Amino acid sequence: MKSLEELAAIKARMQDKVIMREGSGQIRVVVGMATCGIAAGARPVLDRFVEDVEKEGLADRVAVKQTGCIGICQYEPVVEVHEGGKDKVTYVKMTAEKVDEIVEKHIKGGQPVLEYTITHVGD
Amino acid sequence: MVHYNASLEDTEFYKLQRRVVLRNCGVIDPESIDEYIAVDGYAALGKALTSMTPAQVVDEIKASGLRGRGGGGFPTGMKWSFTAAQNNPVKYVVCNADEGDPGAFMDRSVLEGDPHCIIEGMALCGYATGAHEGYVYVRAEYPIAVKRLGKAIEDARAYGLLGKDIFGSGFDFDLYLRLGAGAFVCGEETALMTSIEGNRGEPRPRPPYPAVSGLFKKPTTENNVETFANVAQIILNGADWFASVGTERSKGTKVFALGGKINNTGLVEVPMGTTLRQIVEVVGGGIPNGKHFKAAQTGGPSGGCIPASMIDIEIDYDNLVAQGAMMGSGGMIIMDEDTCMVDIAKFFLQFTVDESCGKCTACRIGTKRLYELLEKITDGKGTLEDLDTMETLCRYIKDNSLCGLGQTAPNPVLSTYSRFPEEYKAHVVDKKCPAGVCKSLLTYVIDPEKCKGCTACARVCPVGAISGTVKEPHVIDAAKCIKCGSCMERCKFGAISKK
Repeated sequence: MKSLEELAAIKARMQDKVIMREGSGQIRVVVGMATCGIAAGARPVLDRFVEDVEKEGLADRVAVKQTGCIGICQYEPVVEVHEGGKDKVTYVKMTAEKVDEIVEKHIKGGQPVLEYTITHVGD
Repeated sequence: MVHYNASLEDTEFYKLQRRVVLRNCGVIDPESIDEYIAVDGYAALGKALTSMTPAQVVDEIKASGLRGRGGGGFPTGMKWSFTAAQNNPVKYVVCNADEGDPGAFMDRSVLEGDPHCIIEGMALCGYATGAHEGYVYVRAEYPIAVKRLGKAIEDARAYGLLGKDIFGSGFDFDLYLRLGAGAFVCGEETALMTSIEGNRGEPRPRPPYPAVSGLFKKPTTENNVETFANVAQIILNGADWFASVGTERSKGTKVFALGGKINNTGLVEVPMGTTLRQIVEVVGGGIPNGKHFKAAQTGGPSGGCIPASMIDIEIDYDNLVAQGAMMGSGGMIIMDEDTCMVDIAKFFLQFTVDESCGKCTACRIGTKRLYELLEKITDGKGTLEDLDTMETLCRYIKDNSLCGLGQTAPNPVLSTYSRFPEEYKAHVVDKKCPAGVCKSLLTYVIDPEKCKGCTACARVCPVGAISGTVKEPHVIDAAKCIKCGSCMERCKFGAISKK
């Protein structure tokens, strides 16, 4: 890296991939893959998201990414869905089966599966 | 904007939090340098290298009021200025990622979730202090952190964000990883450097301080992971922005690993000055099963307890020290009325006994003798004189140990004894454990009024200590009873209690 311009160019190229713009139609799914998440079973959840997105042909508008720990240990595995112009949705205590339902209803159908979200799931 | 009220930010757990250190954890892909750059990553390094002098970087950190997040709370900017003042062509930056307190995982989360922010913070420190090489000492028990940090360093090198002539400024900086083999003492700064040098991890006397003669006897700046994680944000947003959060003498936020008897366990980042009550009742969601808050333990094996009577204390470095506790690296264990304070002190002391490196007598033998005293007390064999001996021994260990491990090892004992003297006395004088934890001081008894003679307890008892005939009240033979509690669990009539 020899100049600030180079850095700015990468930022400009990447920004829309991390922060979803309203109206872009892009969806970013992040799966908590820190030690805590992996221990609680995040890997099969991540794998199922990747599989489902591939299978349903959603790869051009849905990005599935791993991320670190968001701090809510007892709710792991945690998945967050970001979509421009809409509130982020935090799914907790995830399983591969729940993934299928979320891809069908939320990612494809646009309706979050509220009963799996952090504000609806008790301990 | 479409609202769902279904995200982390909509929870009580999150409302009082403010994320500076953890801002990217759970947001970006930690294995993508591009995603880090997308959220202003390396912009602070770019800004410093192209528009600030090293002295200006030091001044900015000084002005921010940032203090060391590893526990001691030494002003970071001042630490940097000491190394910067040394006239030596070879200097080092060291990141202490040897997080070893039981129950603490703040640093692990940062390393796993946002490894580039540590690289950037260290590079800024290198520029500010005149160092061109840095080491991250991370415990080998954190394999994912090691892997992600390793990849981050490679990616940063590939982008020229580590290496020669970064941002065309002429500044060279590179980083290396060193893995700790699991010794707690290596979290002590001089022991850590001795370990990086390839020697057995043992502390060495200070002075000389690392800023003068540290790693490989060169001037060295050593900071904790969380400290470095704040640096880029300060340079990017300015010292005033950082100092606008926190208390008079403790600025910014602090990450705590909240655990123990609390509804929401997890990693929380709150502004300095947040009260313990807010952390326990709002962020932590209160104590489970309708129990009452008894104390919070901060600082792990080096720290102390804050009793329920101090629940409105504003958490910052100086308030905690004034209460005989310490900030520590951020472990916060919440305890309810079922926790025995003597037992807790014994637990932490057992840890230091195991982890003492053995170099100095005060720590090697002193902690062992102190542990034996506590064992005597929890076994019901303690005397009032033992309590005095215990206190004297604590002072002796504090005053005579070579490094921080020994100097702080008695803290859990001293702080529980000063806050809960009646509990120690109950063990010694009445031979009772008020919390019902210390097995030697408990007797299990069957209430003959409630016992239906169902024989369930007699059948579950592993040592055959319960006798009685069917449909007649049973009796526990205290001499045989090993106090496992199986009978009490099994009884459907609530006839068995421990006293």
